[in-house]
Amino acid sequence: MNRRVAIALVLILIFGAVRMPFERQLEAEHKAAYFHGAKLDLGLREQIGQMAFLAALSGFRALVADGLYLRAHALWERTEWGRMKLNFDGATALQPRCILFWDQAAWHMAFNASIAAYEDKTEPREVLRLKAQREYWKLGEDYLLRGIANNPDNPTLFDRLGFLYREKFKDHCKSAEIYARGAQVPGAPAYVKRFAAYELAQCPGHEREAYEQLRALYLLSEDEHVPTLLKWLGILQEKLEIPPERKIAIPAPSNP
Amino acid sequence: MTALPAATQHQVFSPARISAIASNTLLELVRLKVFYFMLLFAVLIIGSSAFTANFSFQERFQVLKDVSLGAMSIFTWLLAVLATAMLLPKDIEDRTLYTILAKPVPRFEYLLGKFLGVLLLLFVALALMSVVFVIVLYAREQTAVGEAARMVSVEELPAAIQQIRATTFNSNLLPGVGIIYLKAALCAALTLLLSTFASSSIFTIIVSVVVYFIGHIQPIAREAYLESATVAPLTKIFLALVSLLIPDLTALSLVDDIVVGNAIPLLLFAKTAALGGIYVSFYFLVGYFVFAGKEL
Repeated sequence: MNRRVAIALVLILIFGAVRMPFERQLEAEHKAAYFHGAKLDLGLREQIGQMAFLAALSGFRALVADGLYLRAHALWERTEWGRMKLNFDGATALQPRCILFWDQAAWHMAFNASIAAYEDKTEPREVLRLKAQREYWKLGEDYLLRGIANNPDNPTLFDRLGFLYREKFKDHCKSAEIYARGAQVPGAPAYVKRFAAYELAQCPGHEREAYEQLRALYLLSEDEHVPTLLKWLGILQEKLEIPPERKIAIPAPSNP
Repeated sequence: MTALPAATQHQVFSPARISAIASNTLLELVRLKVFYFMLLFAVLIIGSSAFTANFSFQERFQVLKDVSLGAMSIFTWLLAVLATAMLLPKDIEDRTLYTILAKPVPRFEYLLGKFLGVLLLLFVALALMSVVFVIVLYAREQTAVGEAARMVSVEELPAAIQQIRATTFNSNLLPGVGIIYLKAALCAALTLLLSTFASSSIFTIIVSVVVYFIGHIQPIAREAYLESATVAPLTKIFLALVSLLIPDLTALSLVDDIVVGNAIPLLLFAKTAALGGIYVSFYFLVGYFVFAGKEL
């Protein structure tokens, strides 16, 4: 080997040793910025999946993730739910900070695939169709939970999960808990706090707590005097037999 | 003895000579019709809309930005590797190198001029792609605003327009393009270094491409080398060599995060840019060191 090439090789090795600590620190800072300093509570599956994907496709992973997302969309149009899920798994693993991917994956599973499973004409036994439907709800829930684990600083997925518990699982207690957690996230829309109170109002044993929350919201600002809040306030005031002097006068709904 | 007139005195380092070589290199590369790739780029980003016609505006902008920035990354990388790998072999083959070096042009100036020519080419290419990208993004934004005006009530329109604007342009896109440029410059400098001792441009291109891909998994090798105490000695040596010889290209892959709307702090961007600059300078200087002793 040429003497100069050998010296160059040694120089590159020395440069490698010098830059190593700087690159490690930069990587840590990059990760902190990527996750906005959010503390993640990821399962092993998530960690291994992300590490492998991020490493293998770094540089082009946004592009590949989009490709998978587009394929998932095409598979949704063809109602190929299994293959659609595989593509969503890939897209979310490649871009775990993309809210849109988690949101759409969960939506298609819990709201589209689940209905298709329930209306599956090839399966005459209703109990099996109900079971399949519930499994798709759980898949939607899984996407949202993992999405939240990756994005605890974004309120959107809390909102979606609260909606899923409310609309599909009819679990108002869980829905209230998720909406309440979402309301704590900076940047959460004002309605998330109201939704937490509405759901709590339907969670057995928590009516008093819900009433106090609704009352506090009502007293907070006139912007909060929306019809649904007034409706629940009225219902709870009657149910909890609130003394007249503490009761808030609920205006009769105006007819259009 | 009278002194030579100032005009004929030989300067040890001449920016004019370097810029002459750089502009000639750029001209040569442009004559190779490398900018035809722009057509492909435009078709790619305009054509991406065909796949997203039924999508929401957030999805459409997400795909457009991913496809555009991803294509910018790929095209500038390919340009950097292919254009640089050809520089020296082509000059040797058509004897231009001997003609230039027979004149009082130091090898450092020759190599720097050639390298700057490639960097200029990358800059022009990236600037053109950025212009096409911004035009398409702006046109799509206007379309989305028009759709919103038709579908949303007057009270909700300002909020809808604000949401559309927030989804299309974000202040991180410019630093993102800057990082793409730095990454391409790093690849060009590395390819130049390889070509100073490589026997053929095919070898240079293959090694460059392999280094590029390994560069994206280098942090895993580095962490395994630094943190695992139980690995076999041979494996440890292998991991150390990968960590020390191969550049960490994930450090210059901020674009993947930028497209999903992550804000990159200025300090982090500055550190990343500094790392890119150090890599480029180092590889160029080592390349010159090898080239200076090369028998031509």
